[in-house]
Amino acid sequence: MSERILSVLVEDKPGVLARVSSTISRRGFNINSLSVGPTHIEGRSKMTIVTELDAVEQVKKQLNKLVNVIKIVELDPEMTIETEVLLLKVSINKDTQTSVIEKANLSSAKSVDVGQDYAIFEMTGSSKDLNKFEKLMKPFGIIEMVRGGRIAIQSNL
Amino acid sequence: MTKELITGAELIVRSLEHLNVSTVFGVPGGAILPAYDPLYDSPIRHILARHEQGAGHMAEGYAQATGELGVVIATSGPGATNLITPLANALMDSTPLLAITGQVASTAIGNDAFQEAYTVGLSMAATKHNYLITDASEIPQVLKEAKYIATSGRPGPVLVDVPKDILNQKTSWVEPKDLDLPGYKPTIEPNPKMIQQAASLIKSSKKPILYVGGGIIHSKSHKELYDLATSYNIPVVTTLMGRGAFPDGHELCLEMPGMHGNYTATTSIQDSDLLIAIGVRFDDRVTANPDFFAQNAKVIHADIDPAEIGKVREAQVPIVGDAKNVLIGLMEALKGSELDTASWINDLKEMKKNFPLSYDQKDDGPLKVPYVLEQLQNLTEEEAVVVSGVGQHQMWISQHWNFTEPNTWLNSGGLGTMGYSLPAAIGAQTAFPDKLVLALDGDGCFQMTCQELITASTENIPVKVVVFNNGNHGMVRQWQKIFYNSKFSASELTHHTPDYVKLAESMGAVGLRMTKKDDVKKIFTEMLNINDKPVLIDCVVDPDDMVFPMVPAGGSNDQVIMNKEDLKQL
Repeated sequence: MSERILSVLVEDKPGVLARVSSTISRRGFNINSLSVGPTHIEGRSKMTIVTELDAVEQVKKQLNKLVNVIKIVELDPEMTIETEVLLLKVSINKDTQTSVIEKANLSSAKSVDVGQDYAIFEMTGSSKDLNKFEKLMKPFGIIEMVRGGRIAIQSNL
Repeated sequence: MTKELITGAELIVRSLEHLNVSTVFGVPGGAILPAYDPLYDSPIRHILARHEQGAGHMAEGYAQATGELGVVIATSGPGATNLITPLANALMDSTPLLAITGQVASTAIGNDAFQEAYTVGLSMAATKHNYLITDASEIPQVLKEAKYIATSGRPGPVLVDVPKDILNQKTSWVEPKDLDLPGYKPTIEPNPKMIQQAASLIKSSKKPILYVGGGIIHSKSHKELYDLATSYNIPVVTTLMGRGAFPDGHELCLEMPGMHGNYTATTSIQDSDLLIAIGVRFDDRVTANPDFFAQNAKVIHADIDPAEIGKVREAQVPIVGDAKNVLIGLMEALKGSELDTASWINDLKEMKKNFPLSYDQKDDGPLKVPYVLEQLQNLTEEEAVVVSGVGQHQMWISQHWNFTEPNTWLNSGGLGTMGYSLPAAIGAQTAFPDKLVLALDGDGCFQMTCQELITASTENIPVKVVVFNNGNHGMVRQWQKIFYNSKFSASELTHHTPDYVKLAESMGAVGLRMTKKDDVKKIFTEMLNINDKPVLIDCVVDPDDMVFPMVPAGGSNDQVIMNKEDLKQL
């Protein structure tokens, strides 16, 4: 599996996310992750789309046809800083509490809310790190987990 | 001085006038009603269709015959959903179309109001771009943008959805600004390096083929194509959408390749060492199984839409640009060179002689469509605009009619929309009231939009309709015969119901009928002499006739089935 990351600059107009996702599903492209948010420029948003190597040329070309898509840059994996965010709610009790918190600390997850029988952790990192943390928490009983899409930026190196 | 206050509806009509729109096709209804009030007082001609699908195809026919923007108006909800088929059709065939739809009041959007449909969402995948107007003052700018997007680059349909309260909103005219579309900048001028590379491939080719399509017609570059082909003796195949881009009858013209193309056109591509593909998209009806398509050929692929290049077939020389600029560039780059194609052209000439198109019309037998078509063309002195439906008759027309001018062959190529012919012919006839416009349709197709004959007679649009009545969905029947052991599931209509002559008369048209060889000349002469009314001919033809040549879907273009005998090998 060879992934490609596209950084897509779009006009911040109503429906632009729908146009992009409609194009992707209509053309039958394989997408591993898609995230969208504002940029430092007013009226412009940035989407990060993670796709497979075999689809990347057509994804780029078909998305470029959308009037609201301004620019698509394929990020060089060697020079890309990539991150993803996770919120995870896990059940705890007297017996497991210490172990859960210890494991979270060692994984650089931040505890953001702790109750009688649950703890919520926040974590940012590579998808791999987040997967590892999820696996680590599984035996304790994950109540709920939310992950944001992957975002990426090109380094200057 | 205070600025004159006008409504959103008036802004729409005024904007259309500013954009030089002279004719619109449409059907009114609740949400779009405010727009019809100022339209009544405008010099713009409105043609009232009997169904929004018909209105949409009329606008397409108008656009395809003129090469200019076609405009259609419909109301919210069902009005807009009925437009989806013509929009998808226009997207496939790259037809410049502007659709204006009414929407429920902006305060009611999302509440499942009466006649509410999510038009922008529904049409998203059937348009090049679309808009929802949120303030009346946006209208002049959006309509200017919409026309530009529809007609530039690779043309296509653009929809503008306008809520009813915004049609009634009072504002003042705002002169549209220069267009600022940072994400939309079509590449017109090809990269000179690519042109040079293409030219050097062409110079060394012994068996080149110009494989051209609708892109030549959209870019109005048939003259440049003619110059290139004839200056360097390069044979030309014209795809279904490209018929008329290069004149049939010219010794370099091989006409249509593909599933029902003629043997020489299809085989020339297989034998070629270089495909010069311009304004085509390697559609599956041309390539059959792409793994077996033109296996010995290098490919130069020029298109204004970069997404078409490499989509189906890898190109050794990809060129993004307008077909006209590409052809001019190639002409320039080839200056002074001579191509050695004489023996290639000779081979193809022999092939044409050995594998002609054929049909078998018996004196006392049922009528065959190709025979009828040849007789009709013999009787027409001027260059007619021929508008087809979809199926067997469409393939026969493309095979047997001699097209010598662009924009004289209108059909639904990509989407294959039955019901396209009659309304599109009405649109073409509206654009050219004095031209001979022929709607050559199948009976199955005709029944899908036949109510538009009322539009033709009430609006004095004298289209001439020939319904090839084989009492069947002919192409479906043909496939059932070949691939489903002659199990004719749901493909039979009937020769007799409706009575097409009476149907025509009841709709205000002249109805005629031909059933045998002796009728053909007489009835066509009668039809051609009527110019003040629409005419319909019920042309009763052989239900068992099949279209050949044929390459089954997914097959190889190396195995062209020429006749019924060849079928036994399947």
